[in-house]
Amino acid sequence: MTAGPPVVAPETAEDRVSVASNWRLVWWRFRKHRLALLSAFVLLALYGVVLFPDFVSTQDPEATDARLAFIPVQRLHLFDGARLSPWVPAVAGKRNPTTLRMEWGVDGSRKTPVRFFVTGYSYRLLGIVPAHLHLLGTAAPDGRERLYLLGTDRLGRDQWSRLVHGTRTSMTIGLAAVTFSVVLGVMLGGISGYFGGVADVVIQRLIELLQSLPTIPIWLALSAALPRDWSPQQVFLAITVILSLVGWTTLGREVRGRFLALREEDFVLAAELAGASRRRIIVRHMVPTFLSHIIATSTLAIPAMIISETSLSFLGLGIRPPAISWGVLLQEAQNIQTVALAPWLLVPGLIVILSVLAFNLVGDGLRDAADPYSQ
Amino acid sequence: MARYVLKRLVLLPVLLFLFSVTVFAIVQAPPGDFLTTYVATLASSGSSISAEQIEALRREYGLDRPIWVQYIRWMQNVLTGNLGLSLEYQRPNAELIGERLVLTVVLALFAFAITWIVAIPAGIYSAMHPRSALDYLLTVLNYIGVATPNFMLALVLMWGAFAYFGLSITGLFSPDYVEAPWSAARGVDLLKHVWLPAVVLGVAGTARLTRVMRANLLDELNKPYVTTARAKGLPEWRLVLRYPARLALNPLVSTIGWYLPLLFSGSLIVATVMNLPNIGPLLLRALINQDMYLAGSILLIYCFLTILGTLISDILLAWLDPRIRLDEG
Repeated sequence: MTAGPPVVAPETAEDRVSVASNWRLVWWRFRKHRLALLSAFVLLALYGVVLFPDFVSTQDPEATDARLAFIPVQRLHLFDGARLSPWVPAVAGKRNPTTLRMEWGVDGSRKTPVRFFVTGYSYRLLGIVPAHLHLLGTAAPDGRERLYLLGTDRLGRDQWSRLVHGTRTSMTIGLAAVTFSVVLGVMLGGISGYFGGVADVVIQRLIELLQSLPTIPIWLALSAALPRDWSPQQVFLAITVILSLVGWTTLGREVRGRFLALREEDFVLAAELAGASRRRIIVRHMVPTFLSHIIATSTLAIPAMIISETSLSFLGLGIRPPAISWGVLLQEAQNIQTVALAPWLLVPGLIVILSVLAFNLVGDGLRDAADPYSQ
Repeated sequence: MARYVLKRLVLLPVLLFLFSVTVFAIVQAPPGDFLTTYVATLASSGSSISAEQIEALRREYGLDRPIWVQYIRWMQNVLTGNLGLSLEYQRPNAELIGERLVLTVVLALFAFAITWIVAIPAGIYSAMHPRSALDYLLTVLNYIGVATPNFMLALVLMWGAFAYFGLSITGLFSPDYVEAPWSAARGVDLLKHVWLPAVVLGVAGTARLTRVMRANLLDELNKPYVTTARAKGLPEWRLVLRYPARLALNPLVSTIGWYLPLLFSGSLIVATVMNLPNIGPLLLRALINQDMYLAGSILLIYCFLTILGTLISDILLAWLDPRIRLDEG
């Protein structure tokens, strides 16, 4: 928004509303949805994890040790008596005499103290700065004291740290795929709505064609077509593109509708008469009128992307190990006998539900807040 | 009406042609072909195959021809009802797909029925008692239902049944009937097993539909004609069912167009997790093994089902709402 002429400090609440910018009004209305606000904090926390996954991890997510397989969840207790001193019950392993496998249980009588800001495995902060500081850890890093907040999987990898790294991939892929969809949708929808004619017909038919494709089978076939020897980064990018291929169509339609309606508006005519270029009319006058709406719609599109990525990876055709995503983690839970033995393998699924729920609530809140006609 | 339906039917082959090209391009895309995978599997299991045999196989399946020739050959066969031979199973694809296709459709239709039977009454109740305890409960359930990926729901159910009741709830038939020919008893057995996967498949749709029904009906309930009917002394439930509920249902019919296809393709994931004899797991295997004609045929069937679902909903809508017929002439 342009900075208007300086206004005198508003006196009453009503005055404040009448001079507030559009974004301020949206924020005020959004603030009133308690659940949406709470969900927004959940999402902020999750994206915090996305930025600093290694800091939040307690162990190297790739470190395997078959002897440490299927260690159960050690519940984190914040208080020891009345004192703030976090601890977890210690784990104890016994070798099963018949199967010769280690069987782990929680020993409630012994406490393993948990410290904040401990030194652990080394990593690169944001991929650049070498660091070895971690949020949580045990006092004795030499392995005598163990800390598995969400247990371990069949290879003895720490599930908490893997979940944190999976969060990075899955949350990023949702955001990336939607961003890509928005760019495609606004561009093609804009061309279709603003210029009309042949371009409009071609783009509309393309949208119809893409929308009548059976999405999941086609996604699977496309992911299966990705070469096996691609690096995780290439696969990540390809999956993003595959997901956006269909994702942009809904948005493209909406943007086209808005452009068609706005083209007839007086302020567009005024801008044309004032000699503004097409580019300026679109970017400066038309897009801001429906930007808040686009943001709300794309927030509501992210959960579908996350569920799609998780499902693809779960079926083994999305993100591939050694890269970690929520779907890759849930692959470990494919065998019901294993899940019965180690129910904590289902925890990544709970995080999927939590994040999708949060995105939906924030999206609903934004949509209501961005609608100028709502109460 | 007839003209409208005819117009849609004329478009059908055009769409199918475009889809067949797309599908063929996608199954063709991976580097190498089925024979490279086949030779690799043979090599890993210790047996070997001579270069001449590979060449002969390649010629037999037409893999040495240019891509467009392969496409035309495939299309010719498909149009004459010959879906080709599965490279992996060495059996006709039509035979492999046959019964699985029926089960795919049955499962989707069951999920569809469950969705409507649950969602419409729930939506009506919520709209008639807004802000009641049950309305809040339904709203919470709806949000969770939409947020849960259906494979996750399937996993949790399977785990619960296994861990607490010792039951295995996979498959669509009891062990006795898996290979049995169709009979009344087998049909009953199918009915006993199909409802659980159908519920899993339908949960997200039910949640969404309930919300839409509630919102639509709430809009209608504020209209003057409802007040008029109420003033005349009609009992509340009869009034609601008679006028506003019918109007609120109308927009829902248009959602069938995307919901049915969604069920067809969504059943792929549920079927893989719950090990259902459906075309989904078959497609997954075919894709991984590059059994391209099998994968292509199944993808084409999915496309066909999708178009069919859309077509049914368009016709239903045109039949229910004359304005649409007039618009499109």
